[in-house]
Amino acid sequence: MSEKVYGLMAEFDSPAAILHAAEKVRDAGYRRWDAFTPFPIHGMDQVMKLGNSLVGWVALAGGAFMFLNVVGLIWFANAFDYPLIVGGKPMFSVPMTFVPAYIMLIMGGALGALIGMLGLNQLPRLHHPLLDKKRFELVSRDKFILLIGAQDEKFCATETKSFLESLGGTHVEIVEDVE
Amino acid sequence: MADSLNIEELKRLAPPAELRRAPVVEGKPSLGALTDKLSEFAEGKTPRWWWILFIPAAFAATVIFPTCLFYQVFTGVGVWGNNHPVMWGLDIVNFIWWVGVAHAGTLISALLFLTKQHWRTTIGRMAEAMTVFSVMMAGLYPAIHVGRAWFDWFMFPIPNSNGNWPQFKSPLMWDVFAVNTYLTVSTLFWFMGMIPDFAVFRDRATTRVRKTIFTALAMGWTGSARQWHNYEKAYVVLCGLCTLLVFTVSSIVGLDFCASQIAGWHATIFPLYFVIGAVFCGFGMMLVILVPLRKWCSLEKVITMSHMDKVAKLALVAGLIIDYIYLQEFFIAWYSGDTYERWVFGHRLFGHTYLYLGWTLIGINVCVTQLLWFKKIRSSLAALFIIGVLINIGMWSERFVIVVGSLYQEFLPANWGKYMPTIWDVGLYIGTLGAFFMLYLLFVKFLPMIAIAEVKGVMPEADPHHPLGGAQKGDHQ
Repeated sequence: MSEKVYGLMAEFDSPAAILHAAEKVRDAGYRRWDAFTPFPIHGMDQVMKLGNSLVGWVALAGGAFMFLNVVGLIWFANAFDYPLIVGGKPMFSVPMTFVPAYIMLIMGGALGALIGMLGLNQLPRLHHPLLDKKRFELVSRDKFILLIGAQDEKFCATETKSFLESLGGTHVEIVEDVE
Repeated sequence: MADSLNIEELKRLAPPAELRRAPVVEGKPSLGALTDKLSEFAEGKTPRWWWILFIPAAFAATVIFPTCLFYQVFTGVGVWGNNHPVMWGLDIVNFIWWVGVAHAGTLISALLFLTKQHWRTTIGRMAEAMTVFSVMMAGLYPAIHVGRAWFDWFMFPIPNSNGNWPQFKSPLMWDVFAVNTYLTVSTLFWFMGMIPDFAVFRDRATTRVRKTIFTALAMGWTGSARQWHNYEKAYVVLCGLCTLLVFTVSSIVGLDFCASQIAGWHATIFPLYFVIGAVFCGFGMMLVILVPLRKWCSLEKVITMSHMDKVAKLALVAGLIIDYIYLQEFFIAWYSGDTYERWVFGHRLFGHTYLYLGWTLIGINVCVTQLLWFKKIRSSLAALFIIGVLINIGMWSERFVIVVGSLYQEFLPANWGKYMPTIWDVGLYIGTLGAFFMLYLLFVKFLPMIAIAEVKGVMPEADPHHPLGGAQKGDHQ
């Protein structure tokens, strides 16, 4: 069991406070940092320059994959492997595949959205260094925590600590990563 | 504008009281107090009313339900009242009814999210749970209605040693896909919405068991901005897909009917008819669930009268569309000049066997619904509860009238017959009702029944540009 520093966390009381702190952390040139909040904060995406989430594309890929596969399956099942004349209709026609394929598109899109969200967020994970901190439990309640990672090039335990305090952060603490 | 942001200024700029939006949560609680309030019920001692409701529901679900189910599966569909010419009886009536109950849940949760109605955060989760559990009940019926339930796997496109495949040209086949997708997607949507709230429960847990369970369910959610960023995108995508499902699943159920040649079924209005009827019925069920729970779980300040008023108004809108469709149905039956159509529709109201159900339908869906025009009715919880129950009865009668009313007197008088549900039909329905309410009560007791993170997210305290969210004078807007 060795302990190394994962980062420094500072606590803020309001969404506006953490948003301003985040702007200053960004302007100070930090790159590896994150804000932990009980709900998404309007404007944080822009401050962190997160751009557009890739989840939408994963969902699109899932939906398209399912749609095309179901069209293919219907052709294979009803026109190729087991052709059966029903009511004199053609063995395969595009309109008849639409409803099942469309329904499965929704299924694929939904699975894609969930799996994409979990994958991009690196979930599920059994543990996160922050979850050991007692104060971090308040993040799901009414506190807002900003973390600057030790991996950051500009990170310095003392300087970063005083920087976070100068931003108005309280309970500035070292977060340890237990390995 | 930039340097004028303070509370006095906002008050001066605010619209007059009658034009202002009702607050999502009354009483101006702090974020912490709101978290306590919303987790209170799941963490507190189980109240007596919960047991009083749970025990009969659990009895219906674990005794009546399996008894009726196994007796039917072991003996055959003949134990039900279904017989020539009425081959679709209560099983299909209840199937459509349960699918209908599901639809309002998705509509409230997904469509109102897309239209940015903040009030939906407080009842969205409860609506989603209603969807998930009622689709479970719905899906059961067609599976056992086929008669030989052990051959259900024939419905899925699985390569098998017989070398045969399902026939994809049939709407009944589309139903298999629709109902399964609906169940899967609404469960995913429900579950994903709960992840941040599982994290809330995890962080508040006081016992080791709770901590372990909710740690596993929260899957390591930390609420970082990056996680929220992806989460919000996934949520919008899921809402969009769920909204499509509202309009698709019941449409496909409607297609089962209108693709046939039976008088009274063979109409192009059916998909729309079923969707709107489903939504209407679901709003009724929503009222039935919300009215007691908001009181018993002391959530009056969260599920406010303003929210109840909005649900009632939505029920009224759906009811009016349904009334319009009834008018169209009868008009088209008359205008088509088709003898059989005219006969079927005439017999819905002026026949002899099922006319009382036809008049229940008119009495409730057309007449009782109009009471919701009145503010006084909408602000009386007792009235809303009774109207909710009545809407469910009315819509159940409608399903019965459509299914059985068209079948029992078809084209040839030699084929006429009657349908009476047997005790096994009724028992199974009671069993599914029990299972639904049992699951619902378990959900209310053990899971976050209100979307805690979402409700907090629409409070003024959560807005970084609002004084309550900590915005200072001079902040850029």
